[in-house]
Amino acid sequence: MKTKPITSKLTASEAVKNILWELIRMREISTSIIILVLAFSITLRAPSFLSANNILNIMMNISILIIVALAQAMVIITRGIDLSVSSIIGLVGMMVGFILRLYPETPIVFVVFLGMLLGSILGSFNGLIITFGNVPPIIATLGTLSIYRGLVFFYSQGTWVNSYELPISIKLLSKGTPLGVPNLILIAILIALIASYFLKYTRTGRDIYAVGSNPDAAHYAGVRLNRIKFLVYLISGLLSGLAAVLWVSRFESAQTNSALGFELQTVTAAVVGGVSTSGGVGSVPGVLLGALLLGIIQNSLNLIRISAFWQLAAQGLLILFAVISDKAITERVRRIRK
Amino acid sequence: MNSRSASNSGKDISEFPEKKSFLSIFKRWESVLVILLVMVVIVNTNLSPYFLNKNNLSRTSSDFMEIGLMMLPMVIIIITGNIDLSVASTMGMSASLMGLLHNYGVNIWIAAAAGLLLGTLGGALNGYLIGRTKLPALVVTLGTYAFYRGLAYGFLGDQAARNYPADFTFIGQGKIAGTLIPIPVVIFILFAIVFALVLHKTSFGRYLYSIGNNEDATRYSGVPVNKIIFRIYLLSGLISAIAGLILAARFGSTRPDNGTGLELSVITAAVLGGVDIDGGKGTLYGATLSLLLIGLLRFGMGLLNIQGQVQSTVIGLLLIVSILFPQIAGAVAAFRNSYTKKKILLAILGFLLVYIAFFVFFFWSRAPIVNII
Repeated sequence: MKTKPITSKLTASEAVKNILWELIRMREISTSIIILVLAFSITLRAPSFLSANNILNIMMNISILIIVALAQAMVIITRGIDLSVSSIIGLVGMMVGFILRLYPETPIVFVVFLGMLLGSILGSFNGLIITFGNVPPIIATLGTLSIYRGLVFFYSQGTWVNSYELPISIKLLSKGTPLGVPNLILIAILIALIASYFLKYTRTGRDIYAVGSNPDAAHYAGVRLNRIKFLVYLISGLLSGLAAVLWVSRFESAQTNSALGFELQTVTAAVVGGVSTSGGVGSVPGVLLGALLLGIIQNSLNLIRISAFWQLAAQGLLILFAVISDKAITERVRRIRK
Repeated sequence: MNSRSASNSGKDISEFPEKKSFLSIFKRWESVLVILLVMVVIVNTNLSPYFLNKNNLSRTSSDFMEIGLMMLPMVIIIITGNIDLSVASTMGMSASLMGLLHNYGVNIWIAAAAGLLLGTLGGALNGYLIGRTKLPALVVTLGTYAFYRGLAYGFLGDQAARNYPADFTFIGQGKIAGTLIPIPVVIFILFAIVFALVLHKTSFGRYLYSIGNNEDATRYSGVPVNKIIFRIYLLSGLISAIAGLILAARFGSTRPDNGTGLELSVITAAVLGGVDIDGGKGTLYGATLSLLLIGLLRFGMGLLNIQGQVQSTVIGLLLIVSILFPQIAGAVAAFRNSYTKKKILLAILGFLLVYIAFFVFFFWSRAPIVNII
């Protein structure tokens, strides 16, 4: 068989140009540019930004965010949203905290599985009302956001599980360094790898994109819409359950207001990372970059000594800036491309 | 999805009076709300002798007026198929600016005007970004949600503004002379009437529904969609600022975290009132009724000493059940026609067992510790 001599028709400079265009077309590039510019300007002001210690610090801070933001991204790709993740973290964290307080000897593997199991049960409830109850995702999860958070208060009667009541095993789950790097970071990387494989190379993963980009077409192509939607909320619950155990481990406590407001951070990380709220678009590297951008913003505001009171404003402004410039870059590229 | 929006537009754009039978009353969501409202009043009156106390009702009614005020533009925004998550932050931002200026000794009314201006500017920024640059409303208002709240913290830091003059606090704490009607309630009612007239009686209101049903078609019919979107967000900023000032006047102080989390209550009130989150459907009457329902429900639970957070659980359940309930008839019909009855029954049974197991574990694991307390 004769191969078509397409490449030979291109001159070298054209080939390079094409590769460059392909790179620019990738959504992740615009986020990366923003991150690089930001990192560069911060390093000018505060050289300690690039120290190994600080980078490790940023990684620790965004690990839990990455885990939940990946789940959030899957949900948003199907045109849904899961606002209840923060309450699932609160509730599962509290239940796990109570168990650990009662039975400090519980093997840590069992605790992790318990957290994921409880999380998936809560997530499956979201999935059920959204798929079979036909309730819009934003409403359903807005409802369970308050329901689960209320259950936290009911469960603990307003009490906390404090650091001294928790066994050392749970604290080591995130902070132990058997492989040289804190476990928490490794867990986040592992989850990102699994999610990446799942979304890219499994049939179910591709179905998630199909459901988001064109539900009708997906339906006619034989994708079971309800099953896929149910699945993403189940996964979201499962990963939130895992995040809950890690939350207890990292902050060495289970509080009634743990992770309050965290749901918006996960949505922001996903959206800044290029996951489209109109569905069907988004990638794991993008979400990682989105979370990294949020982490860098938070970290840098401390480094360049912006008053704690103005930090939230600066964060909000930078998020807006990131979203707008991302949009501008993609628009510009599309126009030149035409 | 398409068939759904098509039926929506048929029903809502041309609201010709239909022939009404007695049973058709129950088809309207507003009637369901009225029935729920009556039930809440009856149950609460039986449970607590203080429920129908005039002073109590007067005090509790002003508690919900900030939510109510912000709900008015929210209804309009949701009807156009957008959302505004930044309302509570806008409220905190304007009140904090006013508090800051007041702390510097500026006349309170000038400070209040500055607060209103800032809130309106905040709304304008939302409106510009959503209407012009075509960024999704959810994303933009998520950003400004953090930005505006951040400005509130920036203005006041860990300080609070206090000692507002009596004429100002009158807006929040005063009552109409000789009656028990609080001023915030009067303000809310006035705004609600204006909003209801604009939404239901003007062509501007019709445009809002039509944007929610089909934005592109509306644009091609010559309606200045971008301008309208800009205006309603501007309005939302202004009203949120007014709500912020009323809250400050009612508390007699301002802290930067005033009103945190209220946006969810506002959206809950709108959606429970039958406003379709996908746009194009809903009335202000329904939303106002649901505000009343939530208010009375919370008040009743408060009288029964139920914790605020647990109250939210009940409101959340109410929100889900209220939307789930109308779907049940359809689900039953679908079940009857399906060929896989056994499988569905097994699935239902399975989920029930899982949830029962969850709650058994829930109560089992908390029992030893809660009993000690």
